[in-house]
Amino acid sequence: MHIDRYEQIWIRISVAVLVIFMIGIVVAGWSLSIQVPGVYGRVDPNTVTEPGSPWAEPGLRELAPGKYEAYILAQIWTFVPGEIRVPAGSEVTFYVTSKDVQHGFRIQDTNLSFMVLPGQISKMTHRFEEPGEYVFVCHEYCGVGHHTMAGKLIVEEAVASNQ
Amino acid sequence: MSVQSIPQPAAGADAHSSEARFSLENKLTGWHIGVAMAALSIGVTLGIMQGFEHLGIDLYKYTAPAFKTYYQGLTIHGVLNALVWTTFFIVGFFTTAITRSLDRPLKYPWINVLGFVLMFVGLLMATYPLLANLATVLYTFYPPMQAHWTFYLGLTLVVVGSWVAGYGFYFTLHAWRKENPGKRTPFIALASTITMVMWQIATLGVAVEILTMLLPWSLGLIKGTDPLLARTYFWYTGHPLVYFWLLPAYVAWYGMVPKQAGGKMFSDSLARLVFWLFLLLSTPVGFHHQYTDPGIPQGWKFIHALLTYGVAFPSLLTAFTVAASLEIGGRARGGKGWFGWIRKLPWDNPSYTAQNLAMILFAFGGISGITNASYNVNLAVHNTVWIPGHFHLTVGSATTLTFFGIAYWLVPKLTGKQLYKPKLALAQAWTWFFGMIFFGNGFHLLGLHYGVPRRTMLGAAVYRDPAWTPFLIEVFVGVLLLTTSAILFYWVIIGTLAHKKRLEKPVEMPIAEAADPTPVPAWLDTWKPWLYGAIALIIIAYGPMLYTLISEMQLTSPGFRVW
Ligand code: HEM
Ligand SMILES: [Cu+2]
Ligand SMILES: [Cu+2]
Repeated sequence: MHIDRYEQIWIRISVAVLVIFMIGIVVAGWSLSIQVPGVYGRVDPNTVTEPGSPWAEPGLRELAPGKYEAYILAQIWTFVPGEIRVPAGSEVTFYVTSKDVQHGFRIQDTNLSFMVLPGQISKMTHRFEEPGEYVFVCHEYCGVGHHTMAGKLIVEEAVASNQ
Repeated sequence: MSVQSIPQPAAGADAHSSEARFSLENKLTGWHIGVAMAALSIGVTLGIMQGFEHLGIDLYKYTAPAFKTYYQGLTIHGVLNALVWTTFFIVGFFTTAITRSLDRPLKYPWINVLGFVLMFVGLLMATYPLLANLATVLYTFYPPMQAHWTFYLGLTLVVVGSWVAGYGFYFTLHAWRKENPGKRTPFIALASTITMVMWQIATLGVAVEILTMLLPWSLGLIKGTDPLLARTYFWYTGHPLVYFWLLPAYVAWYGMVPKQAGGKMFSDSLARLVFWLFLLLSTPVGFHHQYTDPGIPQGWKFIHALLTYGVAFPSLLTAFTVAASLEIGGRARGGKGWFGWIRKLPWDNPSYTAQNLAMILFAFGGISGITNASYNVNLAVHNTVWIPGHFHLTVGSATTLTFFGIAYWLVPKLTGKQLYKPKLALAQAWTWFFGMIFFGNGFHLLGLHYGVPRRTMLGAAVYRDPAWTPFLIEVFVGVLLLTTSAILFYWVIIGTLAHKKRLEKPVEMPIAEAADPTPVPAWLDTWKPWLYGAIALIIIAYGPMLYTLISEMQLTSPGFRVW
């Protein structure tokens, strides 16, 4: 099979570009640890709010100074809790699940974005350095009220939390 | 210009009698693309209404008995455009493409008639719950949102009908090979059939999803469902689905457009290699739609990311080969210099122009597609309006605008009439082009900079931000141009059907010759290694994870109707 000289050059360039992209995602994923969600665990969506379940009382829990867990329950068409406050510099690990249909979770101005499925727990961690209000939205269609499903995470000046 | 001359009539051949041999094929093609265009006319109208809604103008109160809410409209827009317009047009187009490329009528025409009937009955069945607002689940129908069972069964029949049409094509190709021992399969017939085989393998996912999970669940035979397993089945089909939309356009770009440009196929062998690579690599990449899903290990997502870069390779090859084929045409028409040949291309021919503009839009769509595929980079854009920005450039332009271009020779061919007002058809192509540029650019920026969620009634969103407005206006400018373009398209098509100017000579399907006369090597005309390779890759890339998900299946989610 005859391949034109310019086409051979083009093929080499194409392969090189794709290999560079592959290296790029490896570096970002494993050296800079910008990771996508993985496997954490499962729950029964029918009993997820019953006593004993961490989502019986969803909310923020402090593990150590500056280290938090946030248990968030997604349901049509709200997040519980709808407002979270943490001091600047905190590292927050989110555990989110749904008790009804599929939802999404995305905190604006961060890399935090994942699907929320009934029966599955989505887990992701983020460190909030900049004080301010971060809106979080549901980004998967979940019914006629989908566009009203949002909340906010307020990162307060670190001094405030020391008082 | 004269429209009759767009696709050159075969020199010397007794074109009239050859047309008569294909009268059933012509009818079949006409039924398919007729349904496709009717579906698109409704789909596009809803798209325009979505554009108004994003600007805060709610038109659904006026369309209420038929289309009650934004989300019902969005579901119908997705189903009619992405599933119905594409599938019906593709099967219809291939009916002509394969039989003319082989110069042989269908071996068993009844199989293809049956395929059409199944697809049509399926469409009618799905129309009922869509219009009755019983299936406002969007075209991805993720459970546990539960549609009426007729929606699932209707979609299944559409897919099964397209399989049956595929069988009709395989038998025809097989018969041709027996009648022509030792000859290489003509490119267009081979590439089209590879596309149908790829589709057959790819749709197994959604078939299993519907038949083993959603249909019995919506009928109340099983109580619950497992949303993650269903998503995994869905995206097994969902990615190759995009190649099912794209490859028919590639068939035209490789095998037909060079002829319309007065050129030749730059490399017949590489064109075939591209299609075999798509057969091999289209399916084992579906986890790139599930990067942000819980319950699937990062390792598998990463493997699919690498394979996705692999499937980008044949598209990169296509960019070069198609451009080189057009260059042959431009130079044969007297073009000189580095870029002078571009000006000499037949820009006065609407069929050519639409397809060339489709290629340019696809270059932009391809770049944003590589971004989507890039594993962790996906987090920035996942489920934002960047994504509809991307796929209106791909399926909404590369595919759709190419199909418009094909229609500009195919409809005259089927009806024996001149294309009505070719100047309007030219304007149609350019307005779609600029419309999608504004639409795509605005959506890409809104998604990237503001994380604006897709599939959302943005006009009423509680977190709507005034900073979005300039970009929403840019999108709206796109919508207005697209509206104009859609009106022009139907004006030209209906005009062609309605007027009385018959063509003197029947239109021939454009078939590009290979520039290099040396025959294609035999390994590019053999099915088995590619087919077995494709199955092996699917088993490697999907087998272990599917095994885990199925063995740990928990049918805990009841159905919800939340619209
Ligand atoms: C006049 C032309 C068109 C206009 C104005 C238009 C407009 C739109 C708009 C505004 C959305 C909603 C995006 C969002 O916010 O999520 C959308 C979604 C969509 N469009 Fe179009 N569109 C057009 C043509 C097409 C074509 C030709 C196709 C495919 C062949 C297509 C396929 C889709 C799909 C699959 C969706 C996503 C539905 C979903 O998220 O479930 N559109 N369109
Ligand atoms: Cu939602
Ligand atoms: Cu994909």
